[in-house]
Amino acid sequence: VIDAQPLVTAAKKGEDGAVVVFDGIVRNNSRGRQTLHLDYEAYEEMAMKQMNELANNATLRFGVRHVTIVHRLGRLQVGETSILIVVASAHRAQAYEASRWLIDTLKKTVPIWKKETFVDGAVWADGEPFPPGLAVEGANGPTA
Amino acid sequence: LFIMQVRVLPFGVLKDSLGPEPFALDIPRGATVSDLLARLGVEAPAIESLGIAVSVNAEYAERSRVLGENDEIGLLPPVSGGASKTAGRVK
Repeated sequence: VIDAQPLVTAAKKGEDGAVVVFDGIVRNNSRGRQTLHLDYEAYEEMAMKQMNELANNATLRFGVRHVTIVHRLGRLQVGETSILIVVASAHRAQAYEASRWLIDTLKKTVPIWKKETFVDGAVWADGEPFPPGLAVEGANGPTA
Repeated sequence: LFIMQVRVLPFGVLKDSLGPEPFALDIPRGATVSDLLARLGVEAPAIESLGIAVSVNAEYAERSRVLGENDEIGLLPPVSGGASKTAGRVK
């Protein structure tokens, strides 16, 4: 279970003027179907590398001071936190921008997958298409 | 013919066609990512139409990448981490 408060407290330093927290939670429905629970799995070694890289890139790109990213794996129930992103910065504008960029980029590039179990069956989520250059183009050209 | 062994890690929906566990595979020396996908397409015909990415030793790799002995190859369907899915996307 992700406990937000200690992570937020630990992220704050005297020189910060803002901490932006993104708390991603499991919704009770997806495309009109009622969700029972989700199962997340990851290529853990690669996901850790990718999340570290994202955090470093965000500090360089937006000039924020600190980034914490935590993602849960395994079975999650409706209402539980799947991901927490904490951005600490001298100024709020950079913190908001970095937070948005981090979740948007993570959803397309970090190797984590979600299986959704509904009242009437279970499916692997379609996933977000990879950004250009990451997907291996099909033998007969792009299929998307 | 000279062969080498690589380790294949299927993820997400590809576990349904290739099995849930990592496995070893013998392929010709000098084989590329592309060659490996063609070989795996026998068991997983959808492999070229899912828009997957491939990792070699936990880094994203291109189709033309030449594989080496004992490389660890991740087969990565479009990812779905983070919070709930973008609303309104239709398939």
